[in-house]
Amino acid sequence: MNDVVICLVNPAAFDRAAQGLAGCGRRLAEQTGSQLKAIVRSPQSPTVAQDAARVVDEVVVLDQGDYQPETALSALGQVCRQLSPNAVLFGNDTYSQEITPRLAHRLGGSAVGDVVDITVHENALRVTRQVYGGKAQAVIELKRSPAVLWTRSRSFAPAKQLSEPGKHTELSLDLPADTPTRIIERKRELQTEQRLEEARVIVSGGRGIGGPEPFNDELKPLAEILGAQLAASRAACDAGWVPPTFQVGQTGKKVTPDLYLAIAITGASQHMAGISEAKNIAAINTDPDAPIFKHCRFGIVEDYRKVVPLLRQKLIALQNSQR
Amino acid sequence: MNILVCLKQILDPEIPAREFRVDPAKREAERGNANLVTNIFCENALETALQFREASGEAKITVLSFGAASAEDSLRKALAMKADAAALVINDKSSNPDPLTVAQVLATAIRKLGSFDLVMLGREAGDWGAGQTAGLLAEELGLPCVSFVDRIEQMEGGLRMKRQTDSGWEVLETQPPVVVSITNDEHNVPRIPKVRDVMMSYRQPLTQWTLAELGYDTEDSQYYEVIELSIPQTESRCEFVSGDTLDERVESLARRITEVTSAL
Repeated sequence: MNDVVICLVNPAAFDRAAQGLAGCGRRLAEQTGSQLKAIVRSPQSPTVAQDAARVVDEVVVLDQGDYQPETALSALGQVCRQLSPNAVLFGNDTYSQEITPRLAHRLGGSAVGDVVDITVHENALRVTRQVYGGKAQAVIELKRSPAVLWTRSRSFAPAKQLSEPGKHTELSLDLPADTPTRIIERKRELQTEQRLEEARVIVSGGRGIGGPEPFNDELKPLAEILGAQLAASRAACDAGWVPPTFQVGQTGKKVTPDLYLAIAITGASQHMAGISEAKNIAAINTDPDAPIFKHCRFGIVEDYRKVVPLLRQKLIALQNSQR
Repeated sequence: MNILVCLKQILDPEIPAREFRVDPAKREAERGNANLVTNIFCENALETALQFREASGEAKITVLSFGAASAEDSLRKALAMKADAAALVINDKSSNPDPLTVAQVLATAIRKLGSFDLVMLGREAGDWGAGQTAGLLAEELGLPCVSFVDRIEQMEGGLRMKRQTDSGWEVLETQPPVVVSITNDEHNVPRIPKVRDVMMSYRQPLTQWTLAELGYDTEDSQYYEVIELSIPQTESRCEFVSGDTLDERVESLARRITEVTSAL
């Protein structure tokens, strides 16, 4: 068996990330002439497995309750050993990122993270990822099997629906009851309904915003007019102006909106690494030589304090005239 | 409490993109005028360890690096920041060892250095950014692993850690020994060592091993291989919105934004 397996870890829904993961997995399965299977670990809704079955050949549901790092890893290790796949693909959520290298080690395979492309080259898998804080890109050949990868799954096209749903399997596992390493508290930061990774429009602020108040008084109302999510650069998060969950970049969220409006963001490569899959980037910045403009579709060289209040009025007027 | 912090020396990631070059044949970045620095997340890890020692009263902090001979500077700086002991495994082989090789070398060195309750690493490095060393090292050592931690406290019968997730944060309880990957937050910004301590650090002992002295089997781990390294040409032409007055320019910005977003 040399199947491709996608892994969803405690998914809330079969969202765009899961669809992209299935799409990526299906293309790889077609290239290697194999089946596509899904391991769904403790879905938060019964529809996740049903939705997965519409695009994969076999769904294995693993009901293990809340996520705990050590027991989740043991369970996925056991299931993967039974399925003996050639490739195991994950999305880019926190849990997937921490599982990937350890799972590869347990399966005698090789891991790579933050993958944006997968190709097959003479029976070996090659993956593409950004390195050096987004300044360069590397093609990496995996030397051991299985390849255990976490991917920017939202940037892959979704999988086509199957004419008949895939089969549903339950596996029996021999699991350790407990471990001394336990998550005892989970806290969600204040966040608007939609996840940043799923947002189609993002208004983002950088160091040049200057403090927490303008985020609240200037950027937030602008985001509301555009139906956008608010985000920030690492500098703005490190300064404590907005919570760390707002951070976009190499060590923050990787986003794929149709429009990313960067306000007072210079555009260091580490920040650009988080928005390389955005369809359109626009910027408001006082410095015409700011690197951000090299990646922009359009922009304005001006102090955001002058632009944003006026922009809000103009956008509202345009929206009213279109009704 | 015995704490080990792993440090990686890297090419300064803050060099501007326009000065950054790669050698496609060697599949490596060119050094150019860039400085060598300690990876920031490794320094966040050391800072977290130092704060843990200050809060708990008693802990010994050993710093360990696997890298070129120049990585001694990263270890000296760590000693100046008041780490207690330092060890360097000099990499006389591949300049870009794969993550499993790194984890195996570190595991061998750690076993040789003694036993540790806490093994701390940065979440990823600013050069290759694979983000795998902590996880692979935990597996090599047969220990549990907690990722993306930004705070560690001692509690009765164990350790309590706070870590960052996509949607917020989590609190975990665990018992040593454990491997921890550290991320940054406002509390673990690395301290600046005093000039005097930097000078003093060069008089402190520093253990050095070659791979052969370490007894590390020098077979390549055959984990993965970088086939190609390139700088992507992604520059697009920015259209700066036009207009004679600010009002006109912002009007045209609003129109462009509306075009892009209403096509959704």
